[in-house]
Amino acid sequence: MLFGITLLVFLLNAVALGDPARAAMGQRADPEALARLRQEYKLDRPLAVQYATWMGRLARGDLGTSFREQRPVAEVLAERAPATLRLALAATLIAVALGVGAGALAAARPGSALDHALMGAAVLGISTPVFWLGMMLALVFAVTLGWLPVSGYGDGALAHLVLPALTLGALHTGTVARMTRSSLLEVVRQDYVQAARAKGLSERVVLLKHALRNALIPVVTVIGIGLADLLVGAPLTETVFAWPGLGRLLVAAVGQRDLPVVMGAVLVFAVVYVVGNLLVDLAYLAIDPRTRRGAA
Amino acid sequence: MARPDALRHRGFLAGAALFALFALASLGAPWLAPHDPLGVAAGGGATLERPSAAHPFGTDALGRDLLSRVLWGGRVSLVVGIGVELLVVVVGCAIGLAAGFYGGALDAALMRATDVVMAFPSLVLAIGLIAVFERPGLDKVVVVLVALGWTTIARVVRGAVLSLKTRDYVQAARALGAGQRAIMLRHLLPNTLGPLLVAATIGVGGNMVAEAGLSFLGLGAQSPTLSWGALLADGQSFLGSAPWVAVFPGLALLLAVLGVNLLGDGLRDLLDPRFRE
Repeated sequence: MLFGITLLVFLLNAVALGDPARAAMGQRADPEALARLRQEYKLDRPLAVQYATWMGRLARGDLGTSFREQRPVAEVLAERAPATLRLALAATLIAVALGVGAGALAAARPGSALDHALMGAAVLGISTPVFWLGMMLALVFAVTLGWLPVSGYGDGALAHLVLPALTLGALHTGTVARMTRSSLLEVVRQDYVQAARAKGLSERVVLLKHALRNALIPVVTVIGIGLADLLVGAPLTETVFAWPGLGRLLVAAVGQRDLPVVMGAVLVFAVVYVVGNLLVDLAYLAIDPRTRRGAA
Repeated sequence: MARPDALRHRGFLAGAALFALFALASLGAPWLAPHDPLGVAAGGGATLERPSAAHPFGTDALGRDLLSRVLWGGRVSLVVGIGVELLVVVVGCAIGLAAGFYGGALDAALMRATDVVMAFPSLVLAIGLIAVFERPGLDKVVVVLVALGWTTIARVVRGAVLSLKTRDYVQAARALGAGQRAIMLRHLLPNTLGPLLVAATIGVGGNMVAEAGLSFLGLGAQSPTLSWGALLADGQSFLGSAPWVAVFPGLALLLAVLGVNLLGDGLRDLLDPRFRE
């Protein structure tokens, strides 16, 4: 527990250090912005001073001012965050539901045609480039069938969320499915599952009530790893579907070289990632009693 | 190393076949492409023409032959995917080897550096790093991907070196008076090849996806450089009227990445006894 928190602090610290220096390097192109940023972040002073200044501002929630919008970066980010959060939650939900379902189905009859088909689909899902998948889903369900809107936020209408969430969740679904299957196959071999079978319980009950619960422990880790997939996929998915989230903001800011916004957005993504992984570690402790003693 | 087992591993074979197809098609683009990929009127094609015998993949908004463009675009994917990974392997091996062999403060510093890089979702950091440069371009994509990619390889090599360096044969080499460099390069590095090969293969797929993603976002290859990602960005504009412009480059990317991933999975099964059934 203590280890997790110190690790988080260490990582946050390390995460912040790289950003101002990087921004400074990028300024060769833009003398006006360079002068402004120099002043703002005291870039003519030693790195340690810059870092302290930047951290001081950060501690007060000050991420600087957007070059382009002339507004506080924190304000710009806060506007975009809810859309990304909504998309990421929906994608996780889809990935966990479909992934655990498919993994359990595949593990029920290892080596069967269904198993091969599902695992083939999982590999396909992992290998399909997120943005292309998004375009193909849009092509089929929006352009051709006309069931769902092609893009946009639609003032938060659920129909607008479906395709982006499916797109973003696909990669993750494949990973979760593969992990659920292999984990379940591992657990099924164990004595207590054999004992449950010997008691005369039906295969369904054995699998769902006895095996699946323990098999899900490693899956929690995968959900944590999947967080990376979600964060990586967000800029692409949001661009394909014109989704007004942080990812699209980041891409636009890079295009405009609005460095304070780039720094802020990258920082937010990294913090979410680190905190998310910490939460997964904590969830692990809660689910698996074996990890509680000693190690943590 | 690879045994005849490889010939019985279906995923490995499928991956190898897909990858070979991708490599041959890309390398052979100058001979295979029916038209000039950049020539607007070379094929006399109309704009956004449906796939036909003359243009099997159709034509794009400027009447350019899409099949030719996809074939040429594969070269970028292949060169970036493998080229970046080769650089990554060189850097990652050097760092991982030094960290694992010398240990101590050097190891701590190097591993802390990898921790930091890994604390970011990779593509997000790559997108952010592109902002460092004045203008986006394929060369910047290579720089960024190498700068971020070495961490995985460094960890793999370090881990292998840590477990190898206490082995008897290394002790024996040392006792025989072998120098540190000889031990590192002749005794340790060759034995990390298995895990290294697996990680590098998977890395190639990751590089290809990252390049395509960055180019799709307009932060990678710039026109007239042909890249599948950039072709897909074009395709998105015509999704309603000419879906083939988006379908074929993406399909090519999918199959190429799938091939590399299957190859990587297969290598892992074949080389790592823990994954053998």
